[in-house]
Amino acid sequence: MPPIISRGFRGRREDAPAGRVPPGQYVTRDFPVLSAGPTPHTQLERWDFTIDGEVDEPRRWTWDEFRALPAEDVTTDIHCVTKWSKLDTRWQGVRLDTLLQGIETSAEYTVAYSDGGYTTNVPLGDLTGGKAWVAFSYDGEPLDPQHGGPARMLVPHLYFWKSAKWVRGLRLTVADEPGFWEVNGYHDYGDPWREQRYWGD
Amino acid sequence: MEGTTVLGRLTWQPADVIGMVAETSRAKTIAFDVPGWAGHRAGQHVDVRLTAEDGYQAERSYSIASPPDGTRVELTVVRIADGEVSPYLTDDLQSGDRIELRGPIGGYFVWEPPLGGPLLLIAGGSGVAPLMAMIRLRAAAGSDVNTRLLLSSRGWDDIIYREELERLNGNGLTVVHTLTTSQPPGWQGYTRRVDADMLAEVGPGPAERPLVYVCGPTPFVEAAAEALVHLGHVPGAVKTERFGPTGS
Amino acid sequence: MDELMLDGNAVAGMLGQVFTAEMTTATMTCGNCGMAGAVGAMRVFRGAGIVMRCPHCDNVVAKIVEADTRIWMNFGGMQALEITL
Repeated sequence: MPPIISRGFRGRREDAPAGRVPPGQYVTRDFPVLSAGPTPHTQLERWDFTIDGEVDEPRRWTWDEFRALPAEDVTTDIHCVTKWSKLDTRWQGVRLDTLLQGIETSAEYTVAYSDGGYTTNVPLGDLTGGKAWVAFSYDGEPLDPQHGGPARMLVPHLYFWKSAKWVRGLRLTVADEPGFWEVNGYHDYGDPWREQRYWGD
Repeated sequence: MEGTTVLGRLTWQPADVIGMVAETSRAKTIAFDVPGWAGHRAGQHVDVRLTAEDGYQAERSYSIASPPDGTRVELTVVRIADGEVSPYLTDDLQSGDRIELRGPIGGYFVWEPPLGGPLLLIAGGSGVAPLMAMIRLRAAAGSDVNTRLLLSSRGWDDIIYREELERLNGNGLTVVHTLTTSQPPGWQGYTRRVDADMLAEVGPGPAERPLVYVCGPTPFVEAAAEALVHLGHVPGAVKTERFGPTGS
Repeated sequence: MDELMLDGNAVAGMLGQVFTAEMTTATMTCGNCGMAGAVGAMRVFRGAGIVMRCPHCDNVVAKIVEADTRIWMNFGGMQALEITL
């Protein structure tokens, strides 16, 4: 049975410039907080970021070492699989290219892993070439814990569940290893422009 | 029919607005006629779904505030200023409009007279809605089971169902208010957030083995539940329903 | 304590689309810590999908993803789910 239209209901969404928003998405000015669990609060003195897995030697950065790396401003649109899109979001982060510099690997895939146990898989080629960052600042301020601070992945060309909050590391893998949501219905790759939300899309 | 499971999968069904009553400046009770409604239990809720002309949808859950009464279902909605759904329900809906709802939902957070008492009902703001269904059912059934309602509101004019609660006070029901933001002149009652000392004074205590129901925004429920366990109430006898941060 | 956290009552409608039995009173035994409790008392988080966690140890006991005409459910974090028929 098709849903009943609610007279005059519009919801709180913004108009979107034509062609700017992927199919099935609505634009919001809010920044909804979605989470798979309680917000971690990792102290910066204990924080580190590690690249491990299919590498000769794991590479690790403390917070100070991470923040000493060259970072850049990023302005981008983000798209959540729950149908909201937010345009022109402003971040600061370190490119994955910078973190992966000099690392030799036969891996073609990665798994980002976070405090609290969340994981998500992204092909290595989708993290390089200036397409992805580890972000530590949003909208000019240090990234709030509710939005993934101290640092989160930022992979804006894929649905935002691929941008793991509270990220602590990246495991390089030879085989594709579906993460937390990818094992339970969400699409393995997640391209919003092809509306790859769920298995089989 | 008490204790029977609702059989059949839940699906969206039409509900027609048949009346609206302003409870406070921000809260409104909306009465629906739901064709084919098979009845509900006090404490249950419904999911409400709104669909815009272009297909955009929003869903929210609301506790049923009315006791079972044929195909009539009443929801009390508190208007959140920048909310997506509540302003539509409180400001735009009119008698004769039709929306979709799904329910009744819940078997955990319910009370009916055969469950007995004493009852300790603790509500934060709009969390009073499902407890009011229980209180109204209790009154309709002519029950005099010892019942305490501890209701936390911002101020005197924010108390939802205030006059009806005053009328029902007595016959085993005691209503205690705490007003946390502003109080009327001469107010002698509580003025702080619900805590263990307040609960110990309002009672019943754990030795009386009350059935306890706590409902409201998540932080309110967490604080009250912790205080109850601290006082010695058995966790299994404390039922909770969390409304999330805004209470809606 | 996370103010965004809800409890099992919040997903009862979604579960009611699938199960004919009342689910908030179903008893979940956690596969991690072994504690048992009503589904209605589980902690619920809304991420890309629904996550249900044990209120004692925070273990993920269920994940639910709903599309238009499909729903995926994983109860792997539970030792058992007891439903009264």
